[in-house]
Amino acid sequence: MNFLSTLFIGIISAALVNNVVLSRFLGLCPFLGVSRKTSTALGMGTAVIAVITLSSAITYVIDHLILRDRLVYLRTIIFILIIAALVQTVEIILKKKIPSLYKALGVYLPLITTNCAVLGVAIDSAQKNYSFAETMIYSVGTAVGFLIAIVLMSGIRERIENNDIPESFKGMPIVLVTAGLMAIAFFGFKGTIA
Amino acid sequence: MLNAILLAAAVIAVISIAIGLLLGFMSEKFKVEVDPRESQIRESLAGSNCGGCGYAGCDAYAHAIVYEGAAMNLCPSSDKKKIGDVMGVCVIEGPKMTAFVKCNGNCHNTRCNYNYGDERDCRIAYSAPGHGAKKCVYGCCGLGTCASVCPYDAIRIVDGLAKIDRTKCQACGKCVSVCPNRLIEIIPDSAPYAVACSSHSKGKDVKAACDTGCIGCSMCARVCESGAITVENNLAKIDYKKCTGCGKCAEKCPCKIITMRNI
Repeated sequence: MNFLSTLFIGIISAALVNNVVLSRFLGLCPFLGVSRKTSTALGMGTAVIAVITLSSAITYVIDHLILRDRLVYLRTIIFILIIAALVQTVEIILKKKIPSLYKALGVYLPLITTNCAVLGVAIDSAQKNYSFAETMIYSVGTAVGFLIAIVLMSGIRERIENNDIPESFKGMPIVLVTAGLMAIAFFGFKGTIA
Repeated sequence: MLNAILLAAAVIAVISIAIGLLLGFMSEKFKVEVDPRESQIRESLAGSNCGGCGYAGCDAYAHAIVYEGAAMNLCPSSDKKKIGDVMGVCVIEGPKMTAFVKCNGNCHNTRCNYNYGDERDCRIAYSAPGHGAKKCVYGCCGLGTCASVCPYDAIRIVDGLAKIDRTKCQACGKCVSVCPNRLIEIIPDSAPYAVACSSHSKGKDVKAACDTGCIGCSMCARVCESGAITVENNLAKIDYKKCTGCGKCAEKCPCKIITMRNI
């Protein structure tokens, strides 16, 4: 029971209260770039979940085996190397298995490498000395938070498309305003979990 | 100290090699079969992803040629013979096109209303009073937005006027779409004469603003034997299909805006 409640609180905390996009402002590039259609947003969110989960598991192992004691300063570069390799792997697999999603994600797929949410999770959990279980809960929660944010955003954007928006707000400006309003809405979760 | 450096290097080397092996293995295992024709055609295209063919990039165009039967002569700088060989057909070259700036108003010819010192971008200058500093509201702002988008480095700003290097221009049309004054037109490279002005103003206003502007006197239209020139809305226009290149219009033009390009 204790473990379950920790798991639940950890996921809620990482996904909603400290939502990676809307309250920590990491990973904004794909959040704005691939949220035009719900289907691609779902694909992007799933790809990010896969990459974040795998990368934090691998970085945890490498960090504890090699880096932690003597080579802490190599964290950033090695984490980036691992993330880049994982993204490349995901890209190779997607290209073979789901070509339509591969095309829809386009340039944003390799750009997951530079999605700072991924590196942010890996470095954050290394710096906070999380245990393996905590790291996994934290990373899955964060990734789910990214998925929630990007899917919500794409749903709103699909509706915005058909609305009568003032000329100067068309395109990116109204999306940024929307993102700001969503961030304010997510601010409502603050304080629910200590 | 040295040990620490060596250790760091060794760690990174080992991890990089492991990653390299993993990626090599994965790309072999999940290999996607590509039609060899597609990559051969991709190689003979320009490779600058300019989008002049109407497709998203060179990859998309190569794909369209192989699978969607797209026309094969859309890329001006491609090796058309090779594309023809790959696809097993004979590709006929379309007429070579070039971008042409329909303005002659450089710093010496055109007077200015004021000094423009704001953002160096024609699209912003265009929203300033009088569409930029030059007295002619139709003229080239001369801030080089066209030059900055040209993927072939074919546009230079000389004396406050965009000049196109015809040997480099591939007629992709990027400049056409960014010019706020719509001054650039894609015309046949072989066109003998072209009108280097876009002003629809009345003759008197044109004279006040610019030494080389079309005043709409219709002299060229009257002297043209093949009926290729029409004057509409105070501006001469050449129909390149009818133009024979006799050059009488350029001789007669009092403002010298019909410029010789070939012959």
